[in-house]
Amino acid sequence: MQLIKPGINIDFIGKRKFALIISLVLILVGLASLVRHGGPHYGIDFAGGTLVQVQFERQTSAAEINNALTDLDLGSPVVQRFGDDSNEFLIRVERTTGELQGISVLITETLEQTYGVGQVEVRRVEMVGPQVGRDLRNKGMWAIFYAMLGILAYISWRFEFRFAIGAIIALFHDVVITLGMFSLFAKEIDLPIIAAFLAIIGYSLNDTIIVYDRIRENLGKHNKESFTFILNRSINETLSRTIITSGTTLLVVLSLFVLGGGVIHNFAFAMLVGVLVGTYSSIFVASPLLLLWQKKAVKPA
Amino acid sequence: MSNSLNTRGLVVIFCLLLSLFALVPTLLRGDVPSWWPKTFGPIQLGLDLQGGMHLVLGVDVDKAVESRVDTIIDQTEVRLKEQDIIYKRVERRQGDRLVVQVYDQDEGHKVDALMKSDFPALEPATITGTGGYIEKHFRLSDDEIENIKDYAVRQALETMRNRVDQFGVSEPTLQRQAGNRILIQLPGVDDPDRAISLLGKTARLEFKMVDETANIQEALTGRLPEGTQLLYERSTNRASGVETEIPLVVSTQTILTGDLLADANVRIDTRFNEPYVSIDFNAVGARRFDQITAANVGRRMAIVLDDTVYSAPVIRERISGGSAQISGSFTSQQATDLAIVLRAGSLPAPVEILENRTVGPSLGQDSIDSGIKSIWVGALMVLVVIIVYYQLSGLIAISALMMNLFFIAAMLSMFGATLTLPGLAGIVLTVGMAVDANVLIFERIREELALGRAPKLAIDSGYSKAFSTIIDANLTTLLAALVLFQFGTGPVRGFAVTLSIGIIASLFTAIFVSRFIFDFFLKSRNIKRLSI
Repeated sequence: MQLIKPGINIDFIGKRKFALIISLVLILVGLASLVRHGGPHYGIDFAGGTLVQVQFERQTSAAEINNALTDLDLGSPVVQRFGDDSNEFLIRVERTTGELQGISVLITETLEQTYGVGQVEVRRVEMVGPQVGRDLRNKGMWAIFYAMLGILAYISWRFEFRFAIGAIIALFHDVVITLGMFSLFAKEIDLPIIAAFLAIIGYSLNDTIIVYDRIRENLGKHNKESFTFILNRSINETLSRTIITSGTTLLVVLSLFVLGGGVIHNFAFAMLVGVLVGTYSSIFVASPLLLLWQKKAVKPA
Repeated sequence: MSNSLNTRGLVVIFCLLLSLFALVPTLLRGDVPSWWPKTFGPIQLGLDLQGGMHLVLGVDVDKAVESRVDTIIDQTEVRLKEQDIIYKRVERRQGDRLVVQVYDQDEGHKVDALMKSDFPALEPATITGTGGYIEKHFRLSDDEIENIKDYAVRQALETMRNRVDQFGVSEPTLQRQAGNRILIQLPGVDDPDRAISLLGKTARLEFKMVDETANIQEALTGRLPEGTQLLYERSTNRASGVETEIPLVVSTQTILTGDLLADANVRIDTRFNEPYVSIDFNAVGARRFDQITAANVGRRMAIVLDDTVYSAPVIRERISGGSAQISGSFTSQQATDLAIVLRAGSLPAPVEILENRTVGPSLGQDSIDSGIKSIWVGALMVLVVIIVYYQLSGLIAISALMMNLFFIAAMLSMFGATLTLPGLAGIVLTVGMAVDANVLIFERIREELALGRAPKLAIDSGYSKAFSTIIDANLTTLLAALVLFQFGTGPVRGFAVTLSIGIIASLFTAIFVSRFIFDFFLKSRNIKRLSI
């Protein structure tokens, strides 16, 4: 079976202005949302705070839980339904305490007063002090920075410097859009999300390199043709592979998103956005960028 | 050619058998001879999957320095009195500074000489005279402060290890981390709150004399006689269960500490059928206790734990046996835990919780179930797509993919890596990406076939042309995974581990194993058409 006929020749590069508009819109919408919310919406890993996941024996609602907690002086706790299970809730409080008798105990005891002892099961507690949160955030930023640096070095070595620049800009594009989508859908950035970002970087790069590799090969093969022709030809030749691989990866990420459970939900969401944007960017961002560089390099001569 | 085919076949079979061997303890759990898991343990699950507690505690090392200075102050006062040096007061300032106030230069010189001979670690600092007396300042050297801090963290770690051992958790992890932090992981803990209070309680046991002459009402407004402090005695009414706090004025001087304990045990008071903790002093402690009780018959002695008075009994007679009891309306679990922390020793400084992640066992099991379900469903969908698209060759890619999953599990067991929830996500991701290498190869083969090459030749050049692409693409992803491993903590690290292992396994299965299967089936046949 074949989805893409061998002789296919779509003018991807010719649509680069259109692609630029799409990218700009996606980036600007994301950035606008980020600005409106005053930066990324950090989860407790990075902002510090306490999170308690509670399962109730009987049906209840977020409002009822909030009511039960009003007597506690906790700032404003955020209560959210967790996953599809109707009796499971996440309670998030910004405050932390270094004291041994933590906020989670306070919350549990107060809930037991309302719902009765044995009616409330604490399934998960996460408390991250502000100091640790700051450390983790710094470490996360550095990790992404070092990963990009390493990649820049590797591609410069294996290809040319302009390829490396193209790949890095495409990566930046992907991460910024994913970040924007997180803000737009009001999802929290947590430790696993940093892992997801690095996985997106890995995946998007994988995709870009495969196109670049073909460009490198075709540059040697068709040295009389225009650079635009070579770019288009390379993208078309790898198109079938791009669709199949992106498709299978999307399938598994989708299965993770739907079946993977609440704890992994945001991670899967990041991957979902990242795989889509990463595939798009290796065709419509990374490759046309090379052209830009080529034109500039030619002009002075 | 046929020779190399045999060799490659042997390599594949060897890898499969080795993996099977490594996975038997995981698959069969308990039903294997005991040497087996010792060679290859079952796959370890992270705390987020098996349930348990991940704690980062910060040791307040500044407090350790302060309490060291306080000890030196006590010793200094004793020595000043012994030498009949007239002084106004000795006190601690700014955490690490010791100040002796004297009235004239002569006494000042005597203080200098005494401090130099008795406490060489102290550095004399500025001398300022205000209000008719002279202040002699001394401070600990920076090296000494570093030593005290370092020792405090080490001792805290040691004490916590003792406590965990007595608490009875299987395979706990206790590690010192940078910045005076201690990382503790307790798999499968079922009462996290109790674990925290057991680990984090300072458990500084002190005996102090009660100052009966002081006026409690005045003390409550903050006017305390010199050399005393206000503490509260906590007591619970047996009938109503109401807790009350009774203020007590006690001497700041500690006459005996918990460091001199030899043992602590829970006993039951037969009168009220109530548990108490009986403590036994070591030889030095017993002698001191004997002297103190002899000298203070008729007075009250407060038993203070972490600045809370547990009881303040009247000393009726001299106690020579070297044992005492701490009563204070405990539940039996409170008494047990108190005995544990007293036996394990006190922490050199208070600790605070910087990070706490606790996952209940039921949530962990749910995560495993849904994680594994998403792996199977994802793999099944990929399987259908690949077979429909590449037919018989797709079947080869699928068997390579299945072997890939098998190898990843085996490597997790062999390297003793820990499988976490993000780690499971890493495996799911690998399933998607592992087919990529085969897709690249198959697309190349199709291109070669389209150019009119014979199947065998097309396979040959398909593999060799796709090779460098596959290496470049996978190495860069591996690079990102390794950076993640360096940075990662806990569960996230698990993602980096499975992703890295997955990349290595998929390189092997996609390039080596699938090629072997192709060659094996094409060996004796001279086929005209490739099902791809």
